[in-house]
Amino acid sequence: MSEITPELVAHLANLARIDLGDDEIQSLTTELGQIVDSIQKVQEVATDDVPATSHPIPLTNVFRDDVVGETLTIEQALQNAPEHADNRFKVSAILGEEQ
Amino acid sequence: MAKDRLLDFDEALELFEPVLGFEVHVELSTKTKMFSDAPNEFGSLPNTNVSPVCLGLPGSLPVVNGQAVRYSISLGLALGCEIAPSSRFARKNYFYPDLAKNYQISQFDEPIAFEGSVDVELSDGTIVTVPIERAHMEEDAGKLTHVGGSTGRIQGAEYSLVDYNRAGVPLVEIVTKPIYGAEHRAPEIAKAYVATIRDIVVSLGISEAKMERGNLRCDANVSLRPRGQEKLGTRTETKNVNSLRSVERAVRYEIQRQAAILKGGGTITQETRHWHEDTGATSAGRPKSDADDYRYFPEPDLLPVEPSLELIEELRAALPEPPAARRRRLKAEWGFTDLEFQDVVNGGLLTEITETVTAGATPQAARKWWTGEISRLANAQGVEASSLVEPAQVAALTRLVDDGTLTDKLARQVLEGVIAGEGTPQEVVDKRGLAVVSDDGALIAAIDEALLSQPDVLAKIKDGKVQAAGAVIGAVMKAMKGQADAARVRELVLERAAAVEE
Repeated sequence: MSEITPELVAHLANLARIDLGDDEIQSLTTELGQIVDSIQKVQEVATDDVPATSHPIPLTNVFRDDVVGETLTIEQALQNAPEHADNRFKVSAILGEEQ
Repeated sequence: MAKDRLLDFDEALELFEPVLGFEVHVELSTKTKMFSDAPNEFGSLPNTNVSPVCLGLPGSLPVVNGQAVRYSISLGLALGCEIAPSSRFARKNYFYPDLAKNYQISQFDEPIAFEGSVDVELSDGTIVTVPIERAHMEEDAGKLTHVGGSTGRIQGAEYSLVDYNRAGVPLVEIVTKPIYGAEHRAPEIAKAYVATIRDIVVSLGISEAKMERGNLRCDANVSLRPRGQEKLGTRTETKNVNSLRSVERAVRYEIQRQAAILKGGGTITQETRHWHEDTGATSAGRPKSDADDYRYFPEPDLLPVEPSLELIEELRAALPEPPAARRRRLKAEWGFTDLEFQDVVNGGLLTEITETVTAGATPQAARKWWTGEISRLANAQGVEASSLVEPAQVAALTRLVDDGTLTDKLARQVLEGVIAGEGTPQEVVDKRGLAVVSDDGALIAAIDEALLSQPDVLAKIKDGKVQAAGAVIGAVMKAMKGQADAARVRELVLERAAAVEE
């Protein structure tokens, strides 16, 4: 059985800034639990001689030259901002979460 | 903000062993950002160095800057690290408006460089080896300005303004392993370690490394454990430490603060703390998130980085000499005494003096200005000497002294003008009219006048009582508003006195 609890789902929802009701938390607890159990089954059959992969395409080292390209104008940059001031995006002050 | 209780530093060290750790972020001086071709440039108008990638616009995709990868490998090698044959990027998820896409592209389980060490030399010549856990590539975040409230800090702010020019600037984060055995020297080791990292990145030419601009930033981890205890104490991570001097002070402060709490039977909260340069204190920030809360996962938009052995060896061969060797070479080249050189190293001024000498100053003149007047002014203002004036300006100033345009006293006034933003030394000289009066005619006129108005002094000089000339020299210097070379005035006074008819 998985260790997914309603409290954990509520915590994850909070981290992801998703507002969930109690009924949603209940159903997601069940669903996420089933997903974790399924992944654990896959892990049982995983073998050491196959390296874990995060990218299915066999490509590496795709780099860009260090050459300046086109930038947005201030008008373009700010055009989707709900609010802006002094050429900057205006956001509500968020306390205590500076990274 | 309640004032923290601090335990006496020596008593704190008697009761507890400090364990240190550092995370130093280095902004790379590439032309473009880590994952987009927007310019990596300081001081531009807000939101002008941005592309769709920097703003996290839908459909935009990151592409890795090859130069940033080469710089990161060079730095890893200079830190004595292994370079990973394969490393990949990861998303670090958090919601904060300093990054528009709600995650930072970083590296998590596969950093590009790992397992190194850096030799750090202390003021008395002791070498401390700081173990490096990893150095990984990531992107910088945008800059927030908090508006409203009284202090400009986030507390009490009404809203924040975001400039994404810095978002996506390439960073390397260097993480040390826990540093044991620092003892009383913990604050000094902290400062010396950051100064060494700065020297390394400057000699590699991969970062501007100006702490006051945030090119190089240090988070200092400090924990205390009671003497004889095996288990590590709870640590705090002090952020916002923007000068070498602050690194030293912040570590000392945290040791004293934590010791007072522990001695009183309290417990340390695991949290980030903010360093306040003005008050010389730290204050509580947010509780430290668990790494799990960042929900790291491999960045699906970017492919693994697998540097070839040829590339690694090419970059290794191009490495500059290590800092300790560089210091030995510079000391010999400059011909400084042990004491003079220690002053320079303790002041973190090696780079400034190197650049000043390159710009044409003599080593002694460069040393004298940086460790003397410039450091004095910097201390008075509570800032880093390097932030006050550019090495090229200092070199120009020393040339004006060498060619006799300025006396040392006038040069100090010119320096103040340069620092106040009045222009180059020559411009300050012109604007303030500060040059030495080298026109003997003007001097002679003033001298003759002074001699005539003080006949008793003149008589003494003619009697061979040369020290009496001081009164005349003083009067002449006053008349010249200090803008004359005192030695030349003395010479002329004696000459003119002798020439006066009986």
